Amino acid sequence: MNTAKYDATPKEQVRYANMLFYGCWGGLALMAITYLIYVFGVFEPHVPMDTVIQLWSKPVRDYLTVGQVPVGWGWATLLNKGDFLNFLGIALLAGMTLVCYVPLVVAYVKKKDSLFAVIAVAEILVLAFAASGIVGGGAH
Amino acid sequence: MRAKPIRTTILVTAACLLVAGLVLAGASAGMAVEGAAAVDAMTGAQSDMAWWMWPLILLGFCFVLGIIAVLAGVGGGVLFVPLVSGFFPFHLDFVRGTGLLVALAGALAAGPGLLRRNLASLRLALPVALIASACSIVGAFMGLALPTDVVQLCLGATIMFIAILLLTSKNVVRPHVEKQDAIGLALGMNGIYTEPSTGEEISWKTHRTLPGLLLFIVIGIMAGMFGLGAGWANVPVLNILMGAPLKVAVGTSKFLLSITDTSAAWVYLNQGCVIPLMAIPSIIGLMLGSFVGVRLLAVAKPKFIRYMVIGVLLFSGGRALMKGLGM
Repeated sequence: MNTAKYDATPKEQVRYANMLFYGCWGGLALMAITYLIYVFGVFEPHVPMDTVIQLWSKPVRDYLTVGQVPVGWGWATLLNKGDFLNFLGIALLAGMTLVCYVPLVVAYVKKKDSLFAVIAVAEILVLAFAASGIVGGGAH
Repeated sequence: MRAKPIRTTILVTAACLLVAGLVLAGASAGMAVEGAAAVDAMTGAQSDMAWWMWPLILLGFCFVLGIIAVLAGVGGGVLFVPLVSGFFPFHLDFVRGTGLLVALAGALAAGPGLLRRNLASLRLALPVALIASACSIVGAFMGLALPTDVVQLCLGATIMFIAILLLTSKNVVRPHVEKQDAIGLALGMNGIYTEPSTGEEISWKTHRTLPGLLLFIVIGIMAGMFGLGAGWANVPVLNILMGAPLKVAVGTSKFLLSITDTSAAWVYLNQGCVIPLMAIPSIIGLMLGSFVGVRLLAVAKPKFIRYMVIGVLLFSGGRALMKGLGM
């Protein structure tokens, strides 16, 4: 990739952009593949399609109860099921920002920009907290 | 391998395979002449449509939505949530979860180009993103805890406000910032970008940083609560209030969504509010539509489409209000 024309752009910003590019489009490609595996029934779904279309008009608690759907990272234990296999691509997309922030911290520390290093670390903590599912419940 | 061919190939292939796959999978599931009336074993309810019809409809609907969103200059999320919750049978919980993923995917796809061209600035984005993303978690939990009709009511009012904001706001291409305030200076909220049409290098700085940062608390909460993208709020705050040039404000806003929406999306994901059967065709449909929309921008009449979208938002906002009032 020719980056000469982006010389005015901070290096850490270009690096972030490159990581984001490959992660994002990789995630979308993975999503398309796992979705086809799902709809073609290559792996049996955890919640049958006909059940899904009955439950998606109801509040999430009904979907979780009737469909016996796990919350938090419980989907990771159901990757052999066609529907939950799709969460791989979704999680990759949702996780990209956190992953891209890590080299930012390193770059700001090297530049001795302690304020932005702290901001970047704080953001990683916020995203990790959101992703962890530590605080659960609340769904009506 | 160049960026554009990669994106085009993935999107077009994904969309074609999805359409073909949904049709073939539905046909092979035996949903044929007698129709799709089937009694579901788990719920005992009868369905009118084959399961594969809805993802197909969503794919097509979101494709059109993606085109319109680009032509009208609005985000996909701000159209997706009110329109899908108003006119599709999906519960608002799942629509918000999917809406956030749709907005996130769009922001992640646009982010690299904007960052490389310095039209999205990390100096501007990182401090506001920290505030907005933390508050979007709070908003997501609030949205999931409140009764659905209350959220519908608030969503309806917000959508109508957004429509009025789109109608009345006058963005400033290059705001005049005489002196940067102390907070903006300390955070280094300034930069240089190259105007593509003239090749001119434009330097910029911000002011009124503290009020701007405080407004991002509200923006973050609303983004998480309603599953909207928040670009409609980011741009006026960054441009009109804080004085960032319009192109930097729009670019940074788009990039900001990738951070704000990530934290809220994880909350909805962890609460079970993402159904792959509806989420993935929505994401891919909208991404493909956005792609086509960018190419149509040169020949379309964006102003007319923008007014049409404002009309649609007013209508769907009113519909959400009525749903919330139980009418």
